[in-house]
Amino acid sequence: MIAEIGAFAAALALALSLVQGGFGLFFANSEARAAVAAATAQAAAVCCALAFACLITLFVQSDFSVAVVAANSHVDKPLIYKIAGAWGNHEGSMLLWCFVSALFGAIFGGMRGKQSLGLWSRTIGVQGLVTAGALIYALFLSNPFARFDPAPMMGNGLNPLLQDPALAAHPPLLYLGYVGMSVPFSLALAALLEGRVDQAWARALRPWTLIAWTCLTLGIGLGSYWAYYELGWGGWWFWDPVENASFMPWLVAAALVHSAIVTERRGSLASWTILLAIMGFGLALLGTFLVRSGVLTSVHAFAVDPKRGIAVLVMVGVALGAGFGLYAWRAPKLAQPSGFAAVSRESMLVWNNFGLAVAAGVVLIGTIYPLLVEAMGGGLISVGPPFFNATVAPLLAMLFVLLPLGPMLTWRVGDMRAALLKLAPAAVLAIITLVGALFATHWRAAPALGLMLGVWLVAGGLIYLWTRLQRGAGRLPAKIVMLPLAVWSMSFAHIGAGVLTLGAVAETAFRTERAVALAPGEGVAFAGRRVTLIEVGNTEGPNYSATRANFRVDQANGSNTLSAERRFFSTSPMPTTEVGILSGFDGDLYIALGEEVRGGEGQWTVRLYHNPLVHFIFIGVVLMAIGGALSLVALGRRRSAAP
Amino acid sequence: MSLVALFIAAAAPAAMGDPAQQARAQSLELEIRCVQCENEPISQSTAEIAADMRALVRERIAAGDSDEEIRAFFRRRYGDFVLFRPPFDARTWALWAAPLLLGGAGLVAILAGRRRRSAAAVDFVPEEGER
Repeated sequence: MIAEIGAFAAALALALSLVQGGFGLFFANSEARAAVAAATAQAAAVCCALAFACLITLFVQSDFSVAVVAANSHVDKPLIYKIAGAWGNHEGSMLLWCFVSALFGAIFGGMRGKQSLGLWSRTIGVQGLVTAGALIYALFLSNPFARFDPAPMMGNGLNPLLQDPALAAHPPLLYLGYVGMSVPFSLALAALLEGRVDQAWARALRPWTLIAWTCLTLGIGLGSYWAYYELGWGGWWFWDPVENASFMPWLVAAALVHSAIVTERRGSLASWTILLAIMGFGLALLGTFLVRSGVLTSVHAFAVDPKRGIAVLVMVGVALGAGFGLYAWRAPKLAQPSGFAAVSRESMLVWNNFGLAVAAGVVLIGTIYPLLVEAMGGGLISVGPPFFNATVAPLLAMLFVLLPLGPMLTWRVGDMRAALLKLAPAAVLAIITLVGALFATHWRAAPALGLMLGVWLVAGGLIYLWTRLQRGAGRLPAKIVMLPLAVWSMSFAHIGAGVLTLGAVAETAFRTERAVALAPGEGVAFAGRRVTLIEVGNTEGPNYSATRANFRVDQANGSNTLSAERRFFSTSPMPTTEVGILSGFDGDLYIALGEEVRGGEGQWTVRLYHNPLVHFIFIGVVLMAIGGALSLVALGRRRSAAP
Repeated sequence: MSLVALFIAAAAPAAMGDPAQQARAQSLELEIRCVQCENEPISQSTAEIAADMRALVRERIAAGDSDEEIRAFFRRRYGDFVLFRPPFDARTWALWAAPLLLGGAGLVAILAGRRRRSAAAVDFVPEEGER
């Protein structure tokens, strides 16, 4: 019964979002009818919420007569993972996609602000069609409420690797990010249909881009953190196509966050901002296609069951076709941009967009190139970390060289000499880092340059904060409190990028690893510490049994104990690893337990890793996300303060 | 069983003793793709074949092969698929040229856009958050 209610609610939401699309797009000159579109958007969101609540209820009740629940849940699973199971699978995650899209449409409809009727109404309309497209897919090609006969007794379980808090939160955050890009897309299409943009339009664009970017930052960061502590090989980013699928929209969202500022404040770059908004949503859809169609495993795997993949591809085609078509037709008519000098805040933001957009393009080409070669009969090739490290890293490095200059320059015409003088201490620190790192690493240029850039970003960000604090009169504590949130948000995000760079470079270039066989009581020297295996025993968890090894780590400042586990789930043939991590100021000592050595005398294989400064990566991600969130708050305040 | 092979194979270089060779082996193992797994380098794969391939890398290093020779060796044996660093040839030139092509197109667009814009008089714009 609940499944049928859910399916009915989703079907009703589809009808409502089509009405929303029609009214929003075709009656954009009538206040009353545009209000109907906004109200329908809210009704559609309620229906989608009901449908999604039904799906969660089915998971909580373990109703295995529903196919998705039977395939992805298990009676023994802890409640929180039963709930997370609702979005931890293809069908459920698509329903979540619909829900978020409808919700964003409803919120946008409820917050008109100073937007002109035409732009506001048409944006609601396009958003309605986006929701409708997603619902058509969810209902007809991946129905989460389909029944299953005969119903199994226990369910087929969730992959035990995925039974993890970080991974329970990872998909909703990514989807908030992906679908968040749909609102800028709707705004862009509305602007093209209307044939104009204004300041209120750009102002409406910014919070949605920030929501998308912040959620993508957190979602990607959580996924990466999960890979780090769960997969048991000490890595955090592998340029996997699935990772790239979320990284591309992140790069474009980051570019859009910056270009929208220029469009709002100066009216420049309007058509570029529109193009970015279209590409950002296109890449989010393409990411969904790449991850969901099976095309990544091989073109042939995709060809075996192409129905869903082709449907998503059609959606990508319709969205990008409509977007680029309208763009080619209407963008030339948009208002002429106002000018700015080659040295100015605007020009720095143009270079920011150049770097981020080219990086996104390179990631896109690298990700789909093997598919293209295979499809054209060129055989199988792989494009992996060596390619991306050699291409994307230098691009981002060039971007980072310029980054601290941006905030130091004024709009319209900037004074490069004054900016460089103020940034001189940061430059000196960065060069000292470069020289020191070159000496310490025996002239390894790449990591030394990376560390230099990280220091340059952090120090440059701090100097910007300092120069802002020196303005005006009053005592320092008072000025710290009075400093605009927008300054804080920018500083957090930029310093976060620097901290992340330091961690990423140090971890990638200086990590050490070692595999050893240890019997209880035996120890080994590793990374300036001594690691001793104390004992190995068995423990029981709620739905798994585990082999647990306890270790003692002796280092200069005392000794610690930590444990690593291998967990065996009755529902899965492969054991999972729970690594032991000892975090110190200089990084993590990371221990993964292997199997008992056959024919050995009670020895166990143990993999040891030292990941220097790895926590900087995750701190950097959190700082960037805080920057995004603060910027949202700043925009919200300005909105409520405006008359 | 496969894990034992993995750990023994991975433990072997400890006996090699030379940290430079060890570093070379580790970085090569990150570039060579496990032929049986889904998108994993042999360095992190738990498959038996990956352990064999790791042992092979270390064998070639001990035999004095250069990195390039080892890549060519694996390519002959398993095909282009095994290299995460795609070779530069008729099929992949567009891939390797992509950063230059995209960057060049971007530069042209930026410079063309600059020329179109008029350099109007300077007007004051307040800083973010100052109004």
